Amino acid sequence: MTVVLNINSQRHEVDADPATPLLYVLRNDLKLNGAKFGCGLGQCGACTVLVEREPVFSCLTPIAVLEGRRVRTLEGLGTADKPGPLQAAFIKEQAAQCGYCIPGMILRAQALLEKNASPTQAQIRDHMQPNLCRCGTHMRILRAIDRAAKDMKTASATPPAPTETAR
Amino acid sequence: MLARIIITLVIVLVVAFGGFYAWAWHSEIPAEQPHAASSFDPAIVAKGAKLAAVGSCVVCHSTAGSPSYAGGYPVKTPFGTIYGTNITPDPEIGIGAWSAVAFRRAMREGVDRRGRHLYPAFPYDHFTHATDSDLDAVYAYLMTRAPVRQETPPPDVVFPLNIRLFAAGWKLLFLHHGGHVADTSQTPEWNRGAYLAETFGHCGACHTPRNALGAEKRGEQYAGGTAEGWTAPALNAASPAPVAWTPEAAFNYLRHGFDRRHGHVAGPMRPVVDDLARADEGDVRAIATYIASLNGVSTADNQGKAAAAVQAAQSRELPIHKGETTGSAPPAGNDGAAIFAGACATCHHQGGRFPVSRPVELGLSSIVNGGSPRNLLQIVLDGIHPAPNERGHIMPGFSGTLTDEQIAALADYVRSHFTDKPKWDDTEATLNAIRQNKNFDKNSGKNS
Repeated sequence: MTVVLNINSQRHEVDADPATPLLYVLRNDLKLNGAKFGCGLGQCGACTVLVEREPVFSCLTPIAVLEGRRVRTLEGLGTADKPGPLQAAFIKEQAAQCGYCIPGMILRAQALLEKNASPTQAQIRDHMQPNLCRCGTHMRILRAIDRAAKDMKTASATPPAPTETAR
Repeated sequence: MLARIIITLVIVLVVAFGGFYAWAWHSEIPAEQPHAASSFDPAIVAKGAKLAAVGSCVVCHSTAGSPSYAGGYPVKTPFGTIYGTNITPDPEIGIGAWSAVAFRRAMREGVDRRGRHLYPAFPYDHFTHATDSDLDAVYAYLMTRAPVRQETPPPDVVFPLNIRLFAAGWKLLFLHHGGHVADTSQTPEWNRGAYLAETFGHCGACHTPRNALGAEKRGEQYAGGTAEGWTAPALNAASPAPVAWTPEAAFNYLRHGFDRRHGHVAGPMRPVVDDLARADEGDVRAIATYIASLNGVSTADNQGKAAAAVQAAQSRELPIHKGETTGSAPPAGNDGAAIFAGACATCHHQGGRFPVSRPVELGLSSIVNGGSPRNLLQIVLDGIHPAPNERGHIMPGFSGTLTDEQIAALADYVRSHFTDKPKWDDTEATLNAIRQNKNFDKNSGKNS
């Protein structure tokens, strides 16, 4: 069965079972390898992507539920040459050790900053709670999100609109 | 003639109101100097702590991010929102100036130290049956907490019920005084459980339906009610649990938040279980014994039925596919089935085998078998979460993953696939009501 997906503002026709988790389609069919397979059980957050404005576990998101909805992955936020504000902040703070959890962290943080341009430390911690890091880089991750929020405000009076992706 | 009738009527009304007012009037109990914590016997304080845990006092008398017992929790009722008060021993805002007599009067009569009637959102209709020594122990416990100066928002109750004298009228109708009466045909453990469940535990406050005036219906004890947008399932013979509750299962659930034939605690029951973890273990066993007896199912009767229910539930489980640890082939059919296969089956295949979250067979769930889709929808939206400071989710929420139509289709699929019960006829309306309530909470900045 063919399912039409809108990923990072690009249309993809995917021939797959409608119950296939989005993560498998991203990685195996579309070669968008930012989202990672961690547990496959919605417990770790390594596979986090955005559906519309909400962070979701792509390992537990059947593609059938995504027709007509906008999906954003790490690849939609920037490139190695032109990283997005969160990606740039994660690089500046060196907020990765093994890095496996980082794409999910960035996407979840992106959802927060789109809704709340000036989150408090407590709000950042509360929001990031579902995503796990096993290397212990939590403090750097929190600093990077805080920095991204501040950088985004200095760069422009308003944070980038949700439709704006790579810069 | 007419004038005489009217005059007589007015006199009768005035006299009746005067009598009611005299009955309802309570004097102020003089303020006392706050007691030093050292003036209380530590053993009594410890006993009070365990009873306060049975009563879940901290749930309504605290709010997220504020110290315990400092008040502020919004209790939403059909008549308005009432905020749990500050019951720390702060002498001005809390109850620091209250004597033991004033505390007892509040618990028994629903009247504060100054003589004001308290709204029955404070379940004094249960606490009134507690013994003096137990009330004094809870008093000792509260008076030895750290005082916190935190104001409580004023109650937001509709006119004319915001006139506190109406609470006195409510008591005239529905507050039944007197100590708890033991049932001599039952064991001491059962009686201990009954006493705790009916007094401090106030289980009926949620699990018994309420009448139009917000009082528990005496003839329908434990027939099931609602709490904070969730269904509080019936505990009597109408219990929707396919495997009847036993004392062991009820203990597992109340003490640890999980039983393999019933599943995980969720919703407003979650903080109750968090508190019961701090209660006396024997007391929780006693409550479990009493609660499990309410369905009237005998042990002998239960065994055969339970085995049949487990078998029926297991026969509906989706199989685990060989060589795969996650994912599952979709059953053919409607959207709900495909959504279940992609979003749920990873954990909910051959229920109970997955070690992290231990999902129970959905066919055994009271929520899937119950009369309302409310709790299933709540759980699909927000997931099931562990006790504070414990790791992970038990189940993640799907409110961002699935649209409302998809959630409704999924709930209807789960109902039809895992039970023999009739289709819910109000899935979408219930989901809309839950969504509206959540938006309301978000916009008004209230915790819930």
